[in-house]
Amino acid sequence: MNEERGTRNEEPLLEVRHLVKHFPIKSGVLLDREVARVQAVDDVSLTLSEGETLGLVGESGCGKSTLCRTLLRLIEPTSGSIRFEGREIGGISQRELRPLRREMQMIFQDPFSSLNPRRRVGQIVGDPMRLHGLAEGSDVKRMVEELLDRVGLSAEHYNRFPHEFSGGQRQRIGIARALGLRPKLIVADEPVSALDVSIQAQIINLLDDLQDEFGLTYIFVAHDLGVVRHISDRIAVMYLGKIVETAPAQKLYTDPVHPYTVALLSAVPIPDPKENREREPLVLEGDVPSPVNPPSGCRFHTRCPWASAVCSEIEPPLMDFGEGRIAACHHPRNVSAEQAASAEVVPESPQTAGAARPDVEPAQA
Amino acid sequence: MTLLQVNDLQVHFETEDGLVRAVDGVSFSVEEGKTLGIVGESGCGKSVANLSVLGLTRSPNARISGSALFEGEDLLALGTERLRRIRGNEAAMIFQDPLSSLHPFYDIGTQLIEAVQAHQNVPTSAARDRAIELLELVGIPDPARRADHYPHEMSGGMRQRVMIAMALVNEPKLLIADEPTTALDVTIQAQILQLLERLQDELGMAVIIITHDLGVVAEVADRVAVMYAGRIVEDGTLDEIFYEPQHPYTWGLLGSLSRLDRPRPRRLPQIPGMPPSLLAPPEGCHFRPRCPHAFEKCQEVPPLESRLAEAPDHLDRCWLDPDEKRSKREVEGRIGLEAPD
Amino acid sequence: MLRYVVRRVLWGIALLFMVSAVIFLIFYAFPSGDPAASRAGRLATPEEIDRIRETLGLDEPIYTQYWIYMKDLVLHFDFGYSYESNAPVRELIFDRLPATISLVCGAVVLWLLAAIPVGIISAVRQRSPFDRATMVTTLVLYSAPVFWLGLVLLYLFADDIGVFPIFPGQGAYTPISSGVGHWASALVLPWIVLAAASAAIYARYLRSSLIDVMGEDYIRTARAKGLGERRVIMRHGVRSAITPIVTLLGVDIGLLLAGNAILTESVFNIPGVGRLIFTSIERSDLPVVQGVVLFGAFFIITLSIVVDIAYAYLDPRVRYA
Repeated sequence: MNEERGTRNEEPLLEVRHLVKHFPIKSGVLLDREVARVQAVDDVSLTLSEGETLGLVGESGCGKSTLCRTLLRLIEPTSGSIRFEGREIGGISQRELRPLRREMQMIFQDPFSSLNPRRRVGQIVGDPMRLHGLAEGSDVKRMVEELLDRVGLSAEHYNRFPHEFSGGQRQRIGIARALGLRPKLIVADEPVSALDVSIQAQIINLLDDLQDEFGLTYIFVAHDLGVVRHISDRIAVMYLGKIVETAPAQKLYTDPVHPYTVALLSAVPIPDPKENREREPLVLEGDVPSPVNPPSGCRFHTRCPWASAVCSEIEPPLMDFGEGRIAACHHPRNVSAEQAASAEVVPESPQTAGAARPDVEPAQA
Repeated sequence: MTLLQVNDLQVHFETEDGLVRAVDGVSFSVEEGKTLGIVGESGCGKSVANLSVLGLTRSPNARISGSALFEGEDLLALGTERLRRIRGNEAAMIFQDPLSSLHPFYDIGTQLIEAVQAHQNVPTSAARDRAIELLELVGIPDPARRADHYPHEMSGGMRQRVMIAMALVNEPKLLIADEPTTALDVTIQAQILQLLERLQDELGMAVIIITHDLGVVAEVADRVAVMYAGRIVEDGTLDEIFYEPQHPYTWGLLGSLSRLDRPRPRRLPQIPGMPPSLLAPPEGCHFRPRCPHAFEKCQEVPPLESRLAEAPDHLDRCWLDPDEKRSKREVEGRIGLEAPD
Repeated sequence: MLRYVVRRVLWGIALLFMVSAVIFLIFYAFPSGDPAASRAGRLATPEEIDRIRETLGLDEPIYTQYWIYMKDLVLHFDFGYSYESNAPVRELIFDRLPATISLVCGAVVLWLLAAIPVGIISAVRQRSPFDRATMVTTLVLYSAPVFWLGLVLLYLFADDIGVFPIFPGQGAYTPISSGVGHWASALVLPWIVLAAASAAIYARYLRSSLIDVMGEDYIRTARAKGLGERRVIMRHGVRSAITPIVTLLGVDIGLLLAGNAILTESVFNIPGVGRLIFTSIERSDLPVVQGVVLFGAFFIITLSIVVDIAYAYLDPRVRYA
């Protein structure tokens, strides 16, 4: 067991370093030139071991979807490195990338628009297998039927069209399509956000079972902390193109470090009237600023109740506050003075971050 | 005082595939100044029921029956013009997606002024003052300037504030909020819920909040009605629904909530199966095919009535014996829907 | 916005240059007859033809010809002279333009007047007898060929019945300067013929567009506010549904002014631009063809810019940078 873990840790499945994706905004009289940039993903680093699930959480416009698409090279990164199974894939050509595509699959949010309405389920699930040469002839049909059965549909659904299914069932088709290619990594971009509560649980439990069965590694994206908790081993919180905190799943919920994580947790309504009456939730003011012109220093300082002068001047580095909690904050929460004093900057820290010691006692509380 | 009393509301739509029983005998009431939460999953009829109360589903292929007494008048029986005068005036409504719910071609000031002048014979300048006053009330900074902005120039949260301002501009007695926070980010949802509560305190209106999220209900509602497949399956006070739930569907909903303040369960509790088609709902109790506790009697439709001597206003549609329910809903020390072993 | 307009105008001018070059090339690459020979007449000697070729500048290499043509055009707004009649092309076109503009403008007004109310009523009373009747009628109208419809109308209403003073081939078009009544009465039938198909298309387009819009969330909001149904339809529904029609209209007017009204002009013998281009192509009259095509391209490009600007005013979400 220990040995197995040792070999596993040697080579992470996915290692992303200082990944940047800026979308240029162009304008001009006759010919276009760049006038501004949307800083969708700005110096993000993350590491994913085999068999692990990373939850990626953030509100709309934080860059989580762009990050997913960029690290699968569905969008070209502006700069930075992406290593998959130890191999750099950031700079290689689409042709070289093709065999790797099979190993990295994506499940999309909208089960209505991500399936071709004119193709039958059998084709939707079977064609990618055929295309990648995983099966031929009658084998395809047999494998598709097995897959359908595995994701909770039945073999009779083979000849049906997507519109004949409910949202939850369509998401199952999307999962079967991804699974058919025997991928190592599945990036699930808000796979349950469009589904009803009772169906959400079914899909999450299914993904959980499949992970054990096929040894899958997941990146699971969500816009709030409620959904990802069950499935994630670690959770990364994004705000305006940056990862502001990464922590083991349980730890993030009990001892969040970054004020934004605190606010996200506080914003999820507690389905318990008595506890609700007692608590005083932290409600953030204002809206998320534009990623075209993000705030200086810590990008969260405009909405942070604990912000001080340093927050608008110096970008906080990502630091290890112990127990696997890595966060970028000048005034961390749920951190003791000793932990703050011994915290060290991690190599994943953004290159633009300044050098400032965290201070548990903020200027105003 | 009861402000709105809906009795045996039926809304059926004739379609090419057959008759869709979107709302199948729904009764509920709202007290003045109180908040009723109507909870259910998509397609359960919670929106259609409320749209129908305001006459917004009237069409040649809709069959609507029952009654909806609002201050003594039956809204379902009112003529178009009389009902128009109530809509947006005494009973207003806001919707899920504030971007698609605002007209993209008019600035928000114009859209608010239109709402004022639909019910009050006042000059545009006075209507504009009123509009700006409301924009300020809902927490929009620099309202006079913002009134000239178009919906697409605002954030989602700001747009929903505009929708709320537009609904409240004529000081309605009832506000129907149909999934008002579903399209918003969590931190913005918290802002909007806080705003709705503040406005209700200040203006004293009654609110019907339609949502799929029991968490939202727990924050704002006084009373809760749980809907499933066109019917109300349980109706009680907030505490009754959360601590003494009587219907297995309610147990399932409560059980499948993820509680961030509790240790996570080994496995996420789920309700098996899918909601039935409203074209051909099952005989008897609509939840029967998904219910692990169903028995022969469930082939008959259970009436919505009180089955607890100590809580005469706590209504449900389940044939199980109340004592039996208490033991059956306990799953690993919490409420849930689990098949008996 | 201003920058956008400047940018579009500059691109438009560049496009006009490209159009002119392409026409030149086409005439050079696919000679459909020697203009010098046809001008010299059947009995001309080879020397005479050569002389004519020289006077017309046809012996120069194509790029020199193009250069001279463009120089005259840009510096003097001179489109050259017709090979056929030796008349200045500019004047030939300006002589024909009023007729085409009269025909097109009247037809546009007519088809909008017919299509907008019909489209709205059909959409609002979807599947009513009115809707079904108009949808069948429009189908017939836009399937009917212009020459057929023109001849039918002429047969029904021509001068011998004493309603409209028109005969085929008699050139009844009178300029507006000779009296609005005269002008209009001579154009009523051509207007109807030209407008028929477009009226049908626009009515159907507006109908489906409005049906879509009436299902939008903001229409529900308008009703929830307590607005009357008429206001909901006109101010909230039609306002949105009619916007895409502006695009359609701009393109259609541009095409018609560029000579697409040729069939109607032929049936009613109206001396318009369409007829001019038809005859000059027939006779390989390069300067005239070149001039008419450039004018046409100018109309189409100008109208597309106008449409884009109008769109930005109609739909505030559209902002050009």
